[in-house]
Amino acid sequence: MNGQLFWILISAMLVNNFTLHLFLGLCPFMGVSARVSTALRMGAANIFVLTITSVVASFLNAFVLPYAPYLRLISFIVVIASLVQIVEITIKKVSPGLFRELGIYLPLITTNCAILGLAIFQTNRSYGLWEGLAFAIGAGLGLTLALVLMASIRERAELADVPALARGMGLVLIIAGSLSLAFMGFAGLGAP
Amino acid sequence: MTEPSGGARPEGTAPTERAPLPVRTTTPAYDLLRGVWRENPVLVQLLGLCPALAVTNTVANSLAMGLATFFVLLGSSLLVSSLKRLIPSEVRIAAYILIIATFVTIADLVLAAVVPDIHKALGAFIALIVVNCMILGRQEAFASKRPVGRALLDAVGTGTGFLIAMLMMGAFRELLGNGSLLGYSVFGPSFEPWIIMILPPGGFLTLGFILLWFGWWRGRKAAETPRVRRWPHGVASRRAA
Repeated sequence: MNGQLFWILISAMLVNNFTLHLFLGLCPFMGVSARVSTALRMGAANIFVLTITSVVASFLNAFVLPYAPYLRLISFIVVIASLVQIVEITIKKVSPGLFRELGIYLPLITTNCAILGLAIFQTNRSYGLWEGLAFAIGAGLGLTLALVLMASIRERAELADVPALARGMGLVLIIAGSLSLAFMGFAGLGAP
Repeated sequence: MTEPSGGARPEGTAPTERAPLPVRTTTPAYDLLRGVWRENPVLVQLLGLCPALAVTNTVANSLAMGLATFFVLLGSSLLVSSLKRLIPSEVRIAAYILIIATFVTIADLVLAAVVPDIHKALGAFIALIVVNCMILGRQEAFASKRPVGRALLDAVGTGTGFLIAMLMMGAFRELLGNGSLLGYSVFGPSFEPWIIMILPPGGFLTLGFILLWFGWWRGRKAAETPRVRRWPHGVASRRAA
């Protein structure tokens, strides 16, 4: 059981990395990957919301959706959106410092495909509560890893002598392509 | 309930008493054509990248995804634009997402019934149309502020632009990665397919090279015509440089 949870985590983090293999959560990957510090914060916010989402999705899957399967998508998105709102309000009250650091990113996360994608993948693979949690944490760590790697490369690339033509998104996408290529090396790892 | 988004006005009011529009005044032709090329959602604004990279490994998948997104965009623009006076501005984003999710559910069920193979290949990415930032962006930036007709024109233009970008990516990737187009072999059996193009890295690389080519092409055009290019009816382009 524990071994299986571990493999779910590793697989979500490295083998099927959300950003580089499944193309989920690309907006923050392109948008807030210019600095390592912001990338880390975005990653932390993502892990947090992913974990909560996973718990809620397990709950919905177990108790609500067997009765109304066609409402799956709508109920997921509504619950995620309101949850992020609640988390935002709570953090604002409890810890204004943390809110200032995460503030811009939290609402952005609502429309982040990674969150809804996690809920849907978890449902499609019929993960239970613990498997879902391992999946969410693995996915969050994977997102953070990809973001930080990308930000580090971009910080370097800023100082490098890049042709004017390639500055901007073209370069970012090609770096992402190379990273994705590198992550393909993890394919076949473990394979439980 | 507060007054939703300032400058909305019904279609019929006389031009003399209309409220000033929040965005710059545009012609219907401009609204229609803007999204197709000049502000193409994928190639210029880099919105909706998630489906544009994930499912463009064959032309058939790209086409299905492009059409599904087109339908969702059209339906939700129509509904958001019609309901703009009824939606309180505090909860407008949630309301837009609900409307979008409804249309995505319809598209999901229709695709599953009509083309089950493609529905299976696209998998979770049909459901993920809900969080396509392009669709939400058009609702927030355009449909919630303008009359129904204009919102529909804008949706058609943006949807077409998205479809064009998807087909471009899909054709490029299928041609190089599989040596075929829509399943028909193009290069013959002696062609060694570039497997990488239909795998995830191929998506990033393809879009990266398309963007680089775009940049090069724009730079060349700007060098040829240094004056500010004008769109019909005197709306100066902000993207000329």
